[in-house]
Amino acid sequence: MATSSMLAASMQPAAAADGNASWEMDSALLFYSEKDRVSVIEPVIRARKEIGEDEFLNLRLVLDSLTGSSANGAIPQSTPQTFTSPSGDGTYTTPANETPLDPTFHDTRVAFSIDWEKPVNKTLRAIYSANISKEFDYTSLGVSAQYAWDFNQRNTTFTAGVSYNLDTVNPVGGIPVGMTAMPTTTAVSKASTDSEDTKNVAELLLGITQVIDRQTLMQFNYTYGNDSGYLTDPYKILSVVDGSGNLRAVDPYLYESRPDSRTRHALYWKTVHQFSEDVVDFSYRYFWDDWGIKSHTFDVRYRYQLSGGNYLQPHFRYYSQDEADFYNYKLTDGSIPDYASADYRLGKLTSTTYGIKYGMALDKQSEFSVRAELMKQSVDAEGPLPDVDAAILQFNYSFLF
Amino acid sequence: MSKLLQVIILSVLVLSGCSSLGVQPWERDLLAQKKMQLDPYPLDTYLDEHIYYSKESSSGGKGVGGGGCGCN
Repeated sequence: MATSSMLAASMQPAAAADGNASWEMDSALLFYSEKDRVSVIEPVIRARKEIGEDEFLNLRLVLDSLTGSSANGAIPQSTPQTFTSPSGDGTYTTPANETPLDPTFHDTRVAFSIDWEKPVNKTLRAIYSANISKEFDYTSLGVSAQYAWDFNQRNTTFTAGVSYNLDTVNPVGGIPVGMTAMPTTTAVSKASTDSEDTKNVAELLLGITQVIDRQTLMQFNYTYGNDSGYLTDPYKILSVVDGSGNLRAVDPYLYESRPDSRTRHALYWKTVHQFSEDVVDFSYRYFWDDWGIKSHTFDVRYRYQLSGGNYLQPHFRYYSQDEADFYNYKLTDGSIPDYASADYRLGKLTSTTYGIKYGMALDKQSEFSVRAELMKQSVDAEGPLPDVDAAILQFNYSFLF
Repeated sequence: MSKLLQVIILSVLVLSGCSSLGVQPWERDLLAQKKMQLDPYPLDTYLDEHIYYSKESSSGGKGVGGGGCGCN
């Protein structure tokens, strides 16, 4: 999870109670574009209002529009390959020696979340949150609660949170039976269990935030996640080759299948430190799960304070993961496992992101910023799998309403 | 799990061993600034998390909950 309306283990600073309690508005427009693959336009608006003493309401609305092509999991061949589209009504052909991409990929997602921050007493604060998101083939419903307890003269904060999500997948063409053949013509229907399936996600957070000194703040979190249900990607397939390495003649492509449970852990450390005016923000995360994935994430942002409240903020992120136990670039005829996926995102990979953000204080209460980032994903697993390059451009505008 | 225990023990030792950690209430001027918050730009964080969740196989650490996505 941790994607949409994630309840971050950090409370917002209480805005100065000015009595007239206007809405603090935050808006963003994101353009995300992968070379030869997916493009996304994503506007977001967030509104925050003080509704009582130190009591806040946060609302967020997101629209996410996606078009383009996505790797279907099959491997390149020296001859063109033809696949059936997920609906089973059409086909698409990949030229020789190219990574097969499914061009029927398109989606629109709408997501809404509401958070209610409420002081329980002088040292204990609570945030209750609910979220819903809808795509034409995916629905997600979730609730969460988080408590933050200040002690040691508010220099130490202990945070605990829980969340639960119920997601429903209703893919085009139904839920394929894992490890059964993808039809190679529209005359044959895929083996399907049902039109939809569900997935449950439960998460737990324990964290400590500590003021180190006047200029330094640190946070340590542990999060635990348990996913169960349909965790497979219904659109992904694997190629099956024969003993001599050629695509087998009968049923050359199988639908992927992932285990129906997953337990995840993450340890997270973040430090924010202010120099004379500049601020550095560094974080590291170690992640591991029972699918065999382990990962390291380093993220650093350095905010150069310019005159007039403006700033320039370079960003660097490095991510590296090991592959899942059931990741396979391809399968071999005669030894088909129970679980397998060729989704490169489950393979051994590294992502590197470079970005820069420029922020302009328009007046005391409003700010405009723009950021540009480049992300490169390199797959280090068996190949050849091409790198995925993405460019990100984002505009932000915040104001009082 | 042993790694987790090591980190927790180390964190507790670091935090409790230094009784000089922290500030007096009148020394919070810098910490109160927006740029010193743990998440000063939540929309940037939201959008970043959504991208990374869609393109990588790790999640969690910063918080809990939130909606899932098909992200095929």
